[in-house]
Amino acid sequence: MILTALFFYLFAGLCAAAAFMVIAARNPVHSVLFLILAFVNASGLFVMMGAEFLAMILIVVYVGAVAVLFLFVVMMLDVDFAELRQGFLNYLPIGALIGVVFLIELLLVVAVWAIGPGVPKTITAPIPPAEVYSNTEALGLVLYTRYAYFFQIAGLVLLVAMIGAIVLTLRHKPNVRRQNIADQVARPREIELKQVRPGQGI
Amino acid sequence: MTIGLGHYLALAAVLFTLGILGIFLNRKNVIIILMSIELILLAVNINLVAFSTHLGDLVGQVFALLVLTVAAAEAAIGLAILAVYFRNRGSIAVEDINLMKG
Repeated sequence: MILTALFFYLFAGLCAAAAFMVIAARNPVHSVLFLILAFVNASGLFVMMGAEFLAMILIVVYVGAVAVLFLFVVMMLDVDFAELRQGFLNYLPIGALIGVVFLIELLLVVAVWAIGPGVPKTITAPIPPAEVYSNTEALGLVLYTRYAYFFQIAGLVLLVAMIGAIVLTLRHKPNVRRQNIADQVARPREIELKQVRPGQGI
Repeated sequence: MTIGLGHYLALAAVLFTLGILGIFLNRKNVIIILMSIELILLAVNINLVAFSTHLGDLVGQVFALLVLTVAAAEAAIGLAILAVYFRNRGSIAVEDINLMKG
């Protein structure tokens, strides 16, 4: 029990600290790396909660794809990031005020929550015991049967995002010469080979 | 010293607030704003999974999976728009993005 608490505070503290550094770091590359740290710690928390599949998906999708995409874009764009940070201190008082008020409100909500009496009756897909089905199996049993349409729609969302990203970034340059293999193959025999004797020419 | 639902909700609240704070503080840098949105979505996911495991209902994890999908799509589209914008204007400052004001 004490070990659980210890690991929770380790993961949660690192996650919150990394999230703070994401918005406070001077260098955007450091921000992305701190974002990766936050995601890895959140994934550890997911494992502690018993959602192993989502934890691994979090690592694969966020750390493996999204964060690397961020890193790629940050390094590709040639931007003076110091200039972009100039308004940081101007916005700090109002931002900190709103943040503190918001956090206090949220924590007040968290402090006094109670699960409603009717909630346990509304559970639609109870988690099976871990010795019967693992988390991944249980999730698959629900996701591919009852929520198959949602799964398909998620796939469509990804497809639209992929097509949109390609359409947005695709660029046609007018004056680029490319190899046209069909033209090359269909070329008529206009050139004839001649034997040229040395010193005589044609 | 037992870790319950409230601990996870508190952490999610902190992460959510940090994400909103990031949008407020880094108003000029679109990349940091996109990262802050990712933090907010991570906080939402933590909430969903915490409630799912606390109540013993698997649907919360299904929903977290869908949120993850949308977050990935949003990051891809946002960064593509950013790359196109940088190619056209040579800058990613938010206050320069006023072409549609007319």
